[in-house]
Amino acid sequence: MKAIEAKIVVLGSQGVGKTSLVAKYISNIYSKEIGPTIGASFFTCKINLNNVKVKMQLWDTAGQERFKAMAPMYYRNANAALLVFDVTNYTTFSEVKSWILELQKNVQEPMFLLLVGNKIDLEQERAVSREEAIIYAQSIGAQFLETSVVKDQGIEQVFISIGLGLINLSSESKCSSMKRYESKDSLLSTHSSMSNLSGIQYYDGVHMAIDISQSVEANGIGRIEVGPWERDAVAHGYPQKSGWCC
Amino acid sequence: MSDISNFSDEEDSRQDDCALVDALSEINFNEHNIDSIRQNKLEESQEQKHEIHSDPASSSSLNFVDVDEYDYLHDSEWINQKCHVFILSTAGKPIYNLHGDEEKLNTLFGLLQALVSVVQTDDDCIRSITAKNTKFVFLVKSPLILVGVNKSNRSEQQIYNQLMDVYNQIIFIVTLSHMKSVYEKRNNYDLRKLVAGSERWVDHLLRNEKRTRICNSSFVSLTHSVRILPMESSIRDSITSTIQSNCNKIKNLVFAVLLANNKLITLVRMKNYYMHTDDLRLIFNVIDCSESFKSAENWLPICLPKFDSNGALYAHISYISDDCEACLLLMTVDQESFPILSNAKKNITEKLRRGNYIEAINTGMKDKGIKLKSDIGVSEIRHFFYKNKKNTQLLCSEITAPYIDNLDQFEKLEAMYYDLHNRIHRTSRPLKLIYEMHQHEIQLAWVTANYELYATFEPLVDKKSVIIAQVNKLLKWIRKEEDKLFMTGTHIF
Repeated sequence: MKAIEAKIVVLGSQGVGKTSLVAKYISNIYSKEIGPTIGASFFTCKINLNNVKVKMQLWDTAGQERFKAMAPMYYRNANAALLVFDVTNYTTFSEVKSWILELQKNVQEPMFLLLVGNKIDLEQERAVSREEAIIYAQSIGAQFLETSVVKDQGIEQVFISIGLGLINLSSESKCSSMKRYESKDSLLSTHSSMSNLSGIQYYDGVHMAIDISQSVEANGIGRIEVGPWERDAVAHGYPQKSGWCC
Repeated sequence: MSDISNFSDEEDSRQDDCALVDALSEINFNEHNIDSIRQNKLEESQEQKHEIHSDPASSSSLNFVDVDEYDYLHDSEWINQKCHVFILSTAGKPIYNLHGDEEKLNTLFGLLQALVSVVQTDDDCIRSITAKNTKFVFLVKSPLILVGVNKSNRSEQQIYNQLMDVYNQIIFIVTLSHMKSVYEKRNNYDLRKLVAGSERWVDHLLRNEKRTRICNSSFVSLTHSVRILPMESSIRDSITSTIQSNCNKIKNLVFAVLLANNKLITLVRMKNYYMHTDDLRLIFNVIDCSESFKSAENWLPICLPKFDSNGALYAHISYISDDCEACLLLMTVDQESFPILSNAKKNITEKLRRGNYIEAINTGMKDKGIKLKSDIGVSEIRHFFYKNKKNTQLLCSEITAPYIDNLDQFEKLEAMYYDLHNRIHRTSRPLKLIYEMHQHEIQLAWVTANYELYATFEPLVDKKSVIIAQVNKLLKWIRKEEDKLFMTGTHIF
């Protein structure tokens, strides 16, 4: 079985729900008491997609201004960036744009970008329209998803999209910093949080509708918005000769 | 590790204070006066607020924060808080406030700043104001001013030490040199931007002022010491050598600290560098209030003020495993070494598991303090804490009846200990021994070259010989168990 190992950085303003999003996926907990991240937290998880095992090393960064100087440490050598904003707060969306500019300036390697609008459970307070976010995502070659950690909507999709994006990136051999190898682990040894996905099938290039699990009322809000999947989802930088051979 | 620094100039400052109190007697800084200061402001304010003030029942509730300018100074609950801590910049910008929203206390912050600068114009520094039973203690450390207002029986020195801890916690977050350079560039900078997200560290440091649980933690800050997780010295040594063997090849690693339950398990340091107890207490505080550290590996810059207030260390912070809530901190000066430290931690966890040390740590974590009756067999002692002066480590007994389930009783006990501690360490006339009979208990404080003992006895022990016998039994037991109760010797990479 093929396996890839990739570094992912989670960026966004303070209070948009970066840690909640990651913690919800990794350990299926949501807590209001979680408190702001200081510095950065490091998580790892595995996900099996299209017969490829994706090992993710996630850097969940702090949104506070004083940690901004530390960010290059995390996005340097990252293969994917998860840019989170709060749909009820337009400033956080603008700040995502400044993150993109920073990445474009400082990162040479191709990177898979995923824009996430969080807190869609607060639909009545929405300040960033879905259309605007999609248009922006398309303009930077990113994918766009909307999520709600509180109602557990779209969380799984975020990580599946990253996984697929990384597989895509590695198959094009554009990314020299990503590790690719044959894994001896069996297919069954998936990450535990994938278990509730066992009934769903994935096909190449087919994006899935939102997984409306039992506990969530189907309000039609959570929906996957796919950016230009066919187009090269690599945002910026110039593809380098791959240092990876065979 | 060194002990709490003495205040050589306290004597002078005391005289200053007297003069100051005279000078300020006209201002007579008390509640009544705050009212009158506010009175002027009230005249300008809108009718709506008058309504609130005229109804004392409603103004005592903090639920009124949605009113634009909530008037704390007419809020009896706020006014009567036992302890207030304010932090402001020397330019008078509010930074932190223990109770309530600092935005709504601009006038008060302005007043505090004025008090400091009035005294400064005479090339002097304000230390404290005493008004009836309320003490106002100032810590002026440019570019910050810290003010502690206390209605309890704490001494000026004790409040000053508390402010010092708060100041150090701020430095821990922002680094002194960085803070200074920020203020040099912009005198009216709002430091809250830099502290954002870490205010709760300061809140947690002052948690004993908003007490919700009864525990020994305030004696730790009172005595400026750390508590040690009890375990057999052979096990502690093995854990230490596990850390040493996995870390001694890592360049630039300065400290490795393993702690659990606010108690130290072991500490390994780089040769010639020392961890100060005050720094260690800040680390304990931060770990204790950061639940989120449990779920991941964390990487953050921290500044240990006693180690170097002008530079930051990078700390790799993680819990040993899901079944062991001991927290390992690896502190380095190399910001690129996360992967190496992450790997070292993995190896340490694995080795600890293989040696069954995780089990030993978990057993130690169940410990709630020394059990006086079953462990030692001293039935007349209700509670004690013992500071080993050589290594500034503290041993506390379990809190039992009548203090454990009664917050009032416990706070009284705590206040008595603070008072004892203050009197025995008074710089003008330090004492060696205090023995006191109170209505509900007997208390003893004893300071020797090697240790300090503070103990509370049952009130009905009428013979001193019984007390002496019990204390001797206690001390003998501590000496016998010393290896287990304290961490002796230092370990280097």
